[in-house]
This record gives sequence, C-alpha cells and structure tokens, in this order.
Amino acid sequence: MTIPTSSIDQVIPGEGAMAQPEAATPTKAKRQRFRFLANAKATTGLVIMGIYLLFAVIGPWVAPYDPNARSNDLVAPPSGAHWLGTTHLGQDVLSQLLVGTRGVMVVGLAAGIAATIVSVVVGVSAGYLGGGWDDTLSALSNVFLVIPALPLIIIVASTFENAGSSIVAVTIGLTAWAWGARVLRAQTLSLRKRDYVEAARASGESTWRVIFFEILPNLSAIIASGFVGTVIFAVSTEITLAFIGIGGISNWNWGEILFWAQSQQALSQGAWWWFVPAGLAIAFLGTALSLINFGIDEFVSPRLRSAGKTKIKTASGHTVRMRVGFTPVLANTAAPRTHAVPLPINLNGATPVLRSSGKEGAQ
Amino acid sequence: MNEPVLEIRNLNVDYGLGDQAVHAVRDVNLTLHRGEVLGLAGESGSGKSTLAYGLTRLLAPPGVITGGEVIYHPEKADPYDVLALSDNNLRKFRWAETAIVFQGAMNSLNPVHKISTQLNDVLQAHEPKMSAHSRNARCREMLKLVGISADRMDAYPHQLSGGMRQRVMIGMALILQPQVVIMDEPTTALDVVMQRQILGQLIELRERLGFSVIFITHDLSLLVEFSNRIAIMYGGRIVEEAPAAALYRDSLHPYSAGLLGSFPALRGPRRELSGIPGSPPDLKGMPSGCSFHPRCPKAFDPCSEHIPVLGRPDTTDGSTRTVACHLHPAQVPAGVSSPGER
Repeated sequence: MTIPTSSIDQVIPGEGAMAQPEAATPTKAKRQRFRFLANAKATTGLVIMGIYLLFAVIGPWVAPYDPNARSNDLVAPPSGAHWLGTTHLGQDVLSQLLVGTRGVMVVGLAAGIAATIVSVVVGVSAGYLGGGWDDTLSALSNVFLVIPALPLIIIVASTFENAGSSIVAVTIGLTAWAWGARVLRAQTLSLRKRDYVEAARASGESTWRVIFFEILPNLSAIIASGFVGTVIFAVSTEITLAFIGIGGISNWNWGEILFWAQSQQALSQGAWWWFVPAGLAIAFLGTALSLINFGIDEFVSPRLRSAGKTKIKTASGHTVRMRVGFTPVLANTAAPRTHAVPLPINLNGATPVLRSSGKEGAQ
Repeated sequence: MNEPVLEIRNLNVDYGLGDQAVHAVRDVNLTLHRGEVLGLAGESGSGKSTLAYGLTRLLAPPGVITGGEVIYHPEKADPYDVLALSDNNLRKFRWAETAIVFQGAMNSLNPVHKISTQLNDVLQAHEPKMSAHSRNARCREMLKLVGISADRMDAYPHQLSGGMRQRVMIGMALILQPQVVIMDEPTTALDVVMQRQILGQLIELRERLGFSVIFITHDLSLLVEFSNRIAIMYGGRIVEEAPAAALYRDSLHPYSAGLLGSFPALRGPRRELSGIPGSPPDLKGMPSGCSFHPRCPKAFDPCSEHIPVLGRPDTTDGSTRTVACHLHPAQVPAGVSSPGER
C-alpha cells in the first residue's frame, strides 16, 4: 500500500507543465469580474438606468424652462421652442419630464432600499432564529401581506398635509417588505439546515457571523431581485399616487404630468405629446429594471452563467439554443481534430531509454 | 459478436465555446459489437461520462460536440449517424434504440407516483397504440425480469430498497428493448452484495434479450470480471482497449497497469499494491505529447513531444487490441481501418 515518495517528488515538478501559462491569468480574472456586463440584458438595463440616474441628477439644471412657468403657447404641439410641446397652461412638457425624473428615482430607490432592509432583517431573523421570533415575525409579515398596500398608502399620504416624496418613500418602504421577507425566511430555513451552516454552528461561531458569512451571501440573489422588484413597485405606486392626485403638488413627477393630461382630456384634444413621453419614460424605466433583474438571475445561476453564449450554430446550419437533452453538434465529420502522430520508423527499432529507471528500484 | 452495433468515430466533446473551451473528449474511436459488454474505465475527470452523454447527445449546456460521428446499426435497417438526427428523430431513437441508466439513477424515480405509473408512462409515450392491458403485462414482465415480484407494481419508490429502485430503473431502461444500454456507474451507491446481484442479473438479461452494454465505472476489478472488452480512458482519450482477460493478464499502457496495480487480486502470488503518482491532468492545460507522460514511470523522449496514436501493438495478440503508447508503436492506426472488420 505504499506509494513511493520519490516518485511523487519527481512527478510534482512535472505538474508545472500541466499548469496553465501564468500570463493568461490576469486577463481571465478581468473577464470574470466584468462578466455581469457581458450579459446583453444586464448591460441594456444598466445603460437605460444610468441615463435615468443622470437626468435625476442634472434634470432640473438642463430643463429649458421652469416646469411651473406659464406661457402663451397653450397645448402647442412639439416645436423648436418646446421640444415636447406644452400643456393647457403653456408649461413646457420636456421640462416637467426632466424635473420629475429626480422625484421618481429618489422615491423608487429610497423605498426599495428601505423595504429591502426591513425584509432582510425580518426574513432572515425569522428563518434563522426560529421559535418565538419566527412566530412573531411571520405573523407580522403575514399581516403586512394581507394589508392592501395601495389604499393604505393613499390614506397615509393623504393624512399628511402636502406630503413630500420622503413620506411617500417611507410609506411604500414600510408596506412593501412583507413578500420579500417571506421568501427570505423560506430560503433561510432551508439554508440553516445545510451542512456547512450546521458545521459553523457546531464549531461555536457566533450567530452574527453565521448569518453574515454563511447565510447572507447565499441570499444575495434573492435580495437583489427583491430590491429590483420593490423599486418597480415603488415607482409605479408613486406615479399612481400622483396620477390620482395624492402626493405633493409642488413636486413634479411623471404621475403629475399624467394627472394633468388626464384631467384636461389631452387624449380627446389630440395632445399626444402631453402623455406619451411620460408613459414611455415609465415603461422604459420598468423595462430597464426588469432587464437588470433578468441579468441578475442569469448571473447568479451558475448553469446559465457558465454558458455565457447560449445560441450556437450547428453543423446542419441552424442556430439553436443550447438546452438539456439536445447537445448541439458543431461539426459532424469523422476527421480527427487533434492529430496524434505516428512516430518515425527508425524509432521503432530503438530500445526505449527509460527516463526514470531508478524509480522501479525504489519500489 | 463481430457485427458492430455502435461505432464512435473521432468524437470530440468540448465544454464551453471558443478559446475558453475545455476539451473533455478528444478523438475517441470505439466500437461496440452486438451482444457485447464494453467496459469504460478511468479515473475521475477522464471523460468517461462525458463520452457517454456526448454520444447520446445528453450533455447539458455548455457541453457541445465539436466533431465526430456516432454510427448506429439497427438490427434490420441501414446504419445512420446519431449526431445528424433531427430533434424529432433523436427523440424516437432514444430509449427505443439506446437507453441509459444514470449515476444514482435510483433517485430519478418520482416519489409521488407508483412504479407501475412510471413504467407505463414510458410505453404510453413511445408506443401509443399499445392497449392498457398489454402495457400492464409488459411492465409486470419487465419487473419480473429484473427480479422484483409483480405485486410490487403498485409500490411507491420510498417503499422499495435502494437496490430494488436501481433494478426498477434498469428495468425501465430495458422496457422498450433497446439495442444498446449505457450504464453510467449504475451500482456506485450500492453495497457490494447488491452490486453483484444486479450485475449478475444484467448479464443474464443480456443473454436473454441480446442487447449490448457500455458500462462506465472506475471499478476496474468489476469490469475485469464480467465485461467482454475494456477501454481505458485518460485525459479525454482512449489509451487502451483490449479483451478483458488480455488487459488483466498483461496491460500494455502504463496507465492501465497502474490502475490494475491498485487493487488486490484474489488469487495468485501476493504483490505490493501501488497507486499512480500525481493527479489527473487539468483538461484546460493538457501536457504536450502523451497526456500521461508527467506521471508515467516509463516515459521516454518522444512521450513529451508526440501524441501517441491509438493503434494495434506489435504483440502476438495485437490484432484484438489497441493501445496509444510510444512503448508499443501502432502498426495500423485505428482510425484508418474500420475496427468493425475484426
């Protein structure tokens, strides 16, 4: 049963030949770091999102007019002076759209962050601590789950005089966390039974360490997609609130534009420029967030990630999607690809010189 | 025995695309004859399972077949290339012509359905014209063939032992009477008594039904005992292929010798067991020349430069076996003449 150590020593230096060339390593690491961006969906989503964030910052400065300023061009179609036309009071629609971006983005992101933090705290504690904590926190999230969110937000927002975007954000954040908490609790329950978590607990690691180092990294995908989902919900809720006339009148957002467009019957006036840009802005924001969500899904699923490219051209000339059970055939020829070489004939007669002849003696 | 049923010609399988691709199976030539048990052995990561899944086109993404042909010879029709089949024809080909028993197949049974339902399901999908009565009769017969009494038809998977579940899976693979059965370590999760029982049954079934088996395992001692021929894989290539007895008696490739030297013989003189030093090669950065040369105790000059050809060695029984080693230079490269001529 002895493996001669001398032969192992001799073999291990040989592994240098098996190892990959050192120079290839940095490029490979770089490629992996930006792999999320290599995903077309994620890139598209992030680019659109970046444009929105840019206008959220610079919108009020680049807006050509004060969004509240009235002019004499009433319900004017798009022109050189007003790129997206004007409203019934002669206000510039483009300026309203640009100024409104910040409110939408701030509320969406703030509410998303707030809801995500609450859902992680509640969900992971309930799942990991178990017992009475679990009962209480699960009951709490079940209550929040059955509360109809929109009516509650309407009531809360309308109780405050001139509710600012921060109140809207906080209200959305505090009501939209329950679904995420439930999903996180279920996943935590499953994770805490895994061997590596049990091993960490058995070896005496503190609860905090187990949660932060063993559990949370495994939940990052769910947390990320939950965040994106909550942002979509928060944006649409805020726009809904503005559209039905609740929420600050002083804060422009896209819902506000739609509210005025609807109340002034823009559609029957044929003033499409009044509501179409705002509607498209909302639609594109939702699309961008969904694309980022898909990107996250593909990024965190190793099976989807390792493929990278999923469409491929086969030998029969079709472009097919890689899928289980139908492995694509890239070339269907019997020709060998990596050529094995028969040795020259003069070597056949020669006696092989054993390079490591001492080894057999060592055994 | 001489008629081929499955010919693999220069099969190449990659994981991934482009320059990131890992070549898991390289230029594999292998012929399975009718009624034969062909053992496929090699250490973990040598490409055994990839070869089996590649030739049935069952590889999950990012696996792709980058070259080769898999010629299947039906009993009464012209041979055709499995890799050129359309998706629909491939679906028809599977199970009816070639069945596969997976690693840990006993966990493939759906826990909420009865055994009978799951067996019936196969027949319903592949032979829709069959009457319910004859379907049932076939299921009973199949269970009896694999040694499970017919009154277990209505059992749920959890009511059966591991060995019984594995036998149900083997029965399920055979239910459409395929010509080729691929078994990917079907007995790894079972104890040795059960292993023996199942393999004995398999051999008996093969004699009765006349199918051919490709049996994948890293347990070479198991193969020596009950397969007709053994192919040894290393680093994605076949390095030696020989009748089981000949391989056991004198293996030509140092790697086969190393594998054989790592388990004890029941009879014969006592000898020291030896392992193979080093570790399996990294498929991403294969050594130049013969991929085994960094670990080979008999490596000499050409080994690190030239990839040896799989061909017939110049030994007395050279016509029945092939080896890819510079110690035994090939007389006729295996790819040139059809291996089916033997």
